[in-house]
Amino acid sequence: MTDIRLTELELRPLMIASLEGDADAHKALLTRLSSRLRAYFKGRLARLGRGPVEAEDLMQEVLIAIHTQRHTYDATQPLTPWVYAIARYKFLDYLRRTMAARNAVPIEETTEIVAHDDVEGVESAFDLKKLMTVLSPKARQAIQYVKLDGLSVREAAMRSGMSESAVKVSIHRGLKTMARSIRRGTQE
Amino acid sequence: MRTDQLIEVLSTNVEPVTRRWIDRALIWTVVAGAVGAFCVMLVTVGPRSGVGGAAELGFLGLKLLFALGIIGPGVAYLMRLMHPGRDARRPFAVLLLPFGVIALAAVAAMLAGPSATRASIFGTQWALCLVCIPLFAVLPFAGLVWALRQGAPTNLRRTGAIAGLVAGALGAAAYAFHCPDDSLPFIAIWYGGSIALAGVIGALLGPKLLRW
Repeated sequence: MTDIRLTELELRPLMIASLEGDADAHKALLTRLSSRLRAYFKGRLARLGRGPVEAEDLMQEVLIAIHTQRHTYDATQPLTPWVYAIARYKFLDYLRRTMAARNAVPIEETTEIVAHDDVEGVESAFDLKKLMTVLSPKARQAIQYVKLDGLSVREAAMRSGMSESAVKVSIHRGLKTMARSIRRGTQE
Repeated sequence: MRTDQLIEVLSTNVEPVTRRWIDRALIWTVVAGAVGAFCVMLVTVGPRSGVGGAAELGFLGLKLLFALGIIGPGVAYLMRLMHPGRDARRPFAVLLLPFGVIALAAVAAMLAGPSATRASIFGTQWALCLVCIPLFAVLPFAGLVWALRQGAPTNLRRTGAIAGLVAGALGAAAYAFHCPDDSLPFIAIWYGGSIALAGVIGALLGPKLLRW
């Protein structure tokens, strides 16, 4: 139980800061969650006879989901159940689309997701450049400017001739589209 | 793609998040859905003529109360369901409560009322009721699906079912302004039945429409 309490103490303030728009906190949060999620998915998938690349794919999909769905986190609630619910949802979704037997999913404790770290990442099967090609020109441009070139939303809006809110919406939709094509990529 | 690359992309220029806007969006969608269902009622079957008697108003109130008894807890439950990790089993029972209450009241009325049981069950327009309520529920349901997709429901079948029940209850509330059949058994069977039907349809559509 100390483990989960430590996690809350460590990660929840990072999440709350990231909701305020603190990029460093967001990065620290995603980095720490990624190692925990990696350990979780590696363990889960190993039991189904799948390797670390699939675990990395799934973990990255969950990271994108955590990012694009962070507005669904209620800051008055603990963070762990929220992360766990998303990870579990994506895991079940993954199993469903890879046609694995549903009953292979053991019922486990919420605490398991934060119990272990695994910092040894492998490369996932996706290529960022390739993922970018599935986006609409607007979304691609917005993500290129703001997320890759590091321009502010305002600068990106001026350069692309879109409004600031259109840039924000394009980024949000674009990331969701990328997550969806990751999902399709793991269908085989 | 390496994970640190992905994290780098995701945490470049992080926008602050507006708190609780999906909850507000859900509530406004329900309000809009109610208005939409009412308008569909107006242009299709139209309001009941000659509402004014105390009995008619009483039954209208009862039908609306029945619908509200489903809409209120249903919306509260949806609000939890669209936030991951906040799912709970208990509110499901609260949602069944209005169905139970109206069924008991209907049985009591039939035991007490001496005559015309058949008429009190089938009324004059039971078939229209069964068609109109799901029909009026279509617009609210579409709105609810949109609002729920702004969130991240993780139990799609349950979320779809509740959305169907709420939409069905909104449809029933709209139909109540037309409905000329004033009896408890009628409300229990045809209102209850068509709202439950909307719930079943919602449960079937949920996994397809709400996936993210």
